[in-house]
Amino acid sequence: MLRILYQIFRTGIVTEPLPSETEAEIEIVGARLEKDILKQFQRSLTIRFVDAGSCNGCELEIHALSNPIYNCERFGIHFTASPRFADLLLVTGPVSKNMEIALRRTYNAMPNPKLVVAVGDCGNNGGIFGTSYASLGGVGNIIPVDAYVKGCPPNPADLLNGILKVVSM
Amino acid sequence: MNTLKDIIITTLKEDAVQDEHQYPAWVTTFIVPRSRFVEAARAMKKADARLVAEWATDETLMHTPSPLNPLPQGEGKFDEQSRGTGAKFIPSPLTGEGQGGGELRGFGIFACFAKASEYLIVKTNAPPDDPTFPTLTKKFPASFRFERQIQSLMGVNPTGHPDNRPWIKHEDWPKDAWPLRKAFDPSMYMERVTGEYKFIRAEGIGVFEIPVGPVHAGIIEPGHFRFQAVGEDILNLEKKLGYVHKGIEKRFEALSWEEGVRLAGRVSGDTTVAHSLAYCMAVEAITMPGCKPPERGLWLRALMLERERIANHIGDIGGICNDAAFAFLLYQLSRLREIVLRTNYKLFGHRLMMDKVAIGGVSVDITADGINEILSELNLISDEFERLASIYDENPSLEDRVRDAGVLAPDTAKELGVVGITARASGQPLDCRIQNPFPPYAVIVPRMTVLQAGDVHSRTWVRVEEVRESIIVIRNILTSLPSGEIKTGIKYPAPDTRGFAVVEGWRGEIVYWIQAGEKGEINRCMVRDPSSVNWLAVEQAIHGNIVPDFPLCNKSFNQSYSGHDL
Ligand code: SF4
Repeated sequence: MLRILYQIFRTGIVTEPLPSETEAEIEIVGARLEKDILKQFQRSLTIRFVDAGSCNGCELEIHALSNPIYNCERFGIHFTASPRFADLLLVTGPVSKNMEIALRRTYNAMPNPKLVVAVGDCGNNGGIFGTSYASLGGVGNIIPVDAYVKGCPPNPADLLNGILKVVSM
Repeated sequence: MNTLKDIIITTLKEDAVQDEHQYPAWVTTFIVPRSRFVEAARAMKKADARLVAEWATDETLMHTPSPLNPLPQGEGKFDEQSRGTGAKFIPSPLTGEGQGGGELRGFGIFACFAKASEYLIVKTNAPPDDPTFPTLTKKFPASFRFERQIQSLMGVNPTGHPDNRPWIKHEDWPKDAWPLRKAFDPSMYMERVTGEYKFIRAEGIGVFEIPVGPVHAGIIEPGHFRFQAVGEDILNLEKKLGYVHKGIEKRFEALSWEEGVRLAGRVSGDTTVAHSLAYCMAVEAITMPGCKPPERGLWLRALMLERERIANHIGDIGGICNDAAFAFLLYQLSRLREIVLRTNYKLFGHRLMMDKVAIGGVSVDITADGINEILSELNLISDEFERLASIYDENPSLEDRVRDAGVLAPDTAKELGVVGITARASGQPLDCRIQNPFPPYAVIVPRMTVLQAGDVHSRTWVRVEEVRESIIVIRNILTSLPSGEIKTGIKYPAPDTRGFAVVEGWRGEIVYWIQAGEKGEINRCMVRDPSSVNWLAVEQAIHGNIVPDFPLCNKSFNQSYSGHDL
């Protein structure tokens, strides 16, 4: 136990302010955002995540959002297991044929109003997998999308930025 | 000592014909008659070999048919039957446009066996009017899934196979949709049909079923699990995968060799270095007169491979601890992982190092400053990691969860032919870096950690030891990194050749088998991620455990869905 406490004290708080380029936008978005999250989302934004066919690269970066450095919880953003509690649907991957129904169902299970953010080049247009018998291409082909975060995979700061932006739209 | 090659030759005599176009030389292919396919497998089993992979090729295009010499039966039916289902099957570019005439060869069925560092491929042919081959499932449990996959995606039937349910292909695909056949047009839209997937059922008083997925609670890939349980005890677990099937193997056939590297790097995003490396090595094997990456390029490949291993192992150890409700280590270790990824970004321009391995070498060099940066980063990481490892090791409540949970006994591991961390935690000394090394692994030999218990703790601890070892390997690489070029000019594969490569990714052995077509294009690319065999082990290891322990057990295997579904 002592060892654990020692390590905790040694580490201290490692959470970072957002990178400057993100910060600049946040300045602009900031004031409205706080009001919006306060008003529309009761101070917390709840995200349901669905991998609709990704290569798992995007997930790794979404995971990183919860690490102590990006620590997305400080903005009131957290992930939920149930679409019923979710305000925002975060989707990765080209939508595979075999995930199409599950994706639609998850989307339909979410209460209104709901937001959808499609992640990565795949979520945008199918990426290298394109459109084929097995891949239906970008998320927008299946459900309405409010914002895209590009990159392969997009880095955590871009993801945060994308989420913050769509919330304040 | 008898090599597998000797055994095949003595068993099948003149019935085993060597394929002259298979490279590199340490893997040989023997073509055997269909009637002796099982006999060859039996001989391999007796010789204590494991089944690495089984796959099929549609060889009709290798010598393209002419209008006078029409498509084989199977292909023709395609269009007929799809009419009823409403699927828009277009019977391929084959029928028209200036294809030359030639012989039709039907299908090739390949089974790859390995023992220590020797790999041997046995091939048999199935004629187009009788697309079947005898199953190997009774000899090798691993072929259970491979053969269902061959049936589903290539439409070649394993006769005598105990399970004829489709795999990867879901129940709502048109029955005759066989995407890996040459005649299949990948760009067409597949209508859904009605169908049902019959799960295995346990019945009795108090038995109930828990369906989970494909959308899971956490941020992970999709798959479906069916538990049959009595109270909390799991009687049986059955998986249904294929949800992230993106048609990768088919996609390769439409790409250039260079684009193929990008695709291989996205088969499983967490293993991007190892996958693109295995692809490049298989391609290099068939680029004549030989495309040999320069020493420095090879060493940089190993550097990236080890960095990928460290990042993933660190993340996994944290994840396992988190699933045992010990979040402290998750946060500490994810902080370390972030440090590794940031150094990657700074030095290689990508956090996961995607697209940094190229045919003929690597696409990014590292400066003297970069070397120092990595060395000081490693010092930091290794100090912190050691402190955290001893916290893991000395925590009794954690120990309670991870010991004796999800046990994969060594003999089961061997029987299933599992690879990688999963194998090493269950007493199987397998590591391609040691058994099939490329420079620098021939001189910088990593120490292999093999444990016997096969439980969650063993799989975690193998990772701990491998992080330590990788740090040492990287230090050695950096202190004697050769100077010079990092990449040779691209050469293109010789027509009608086959290349093979194995690479030890962080999960385990990755296998690529690539066939160049008659114009030197990608005619077929078989990808075997470690998950393809290791998923079988998850089902076995869960017997006798309780439902609440499943996430923990599953995480300790951490198999890829994307790499499996392809
Ligand atoms: S965008 Fe890139 S990292 Fe994300 S799923 Fe697609 S290929 Fe993988």
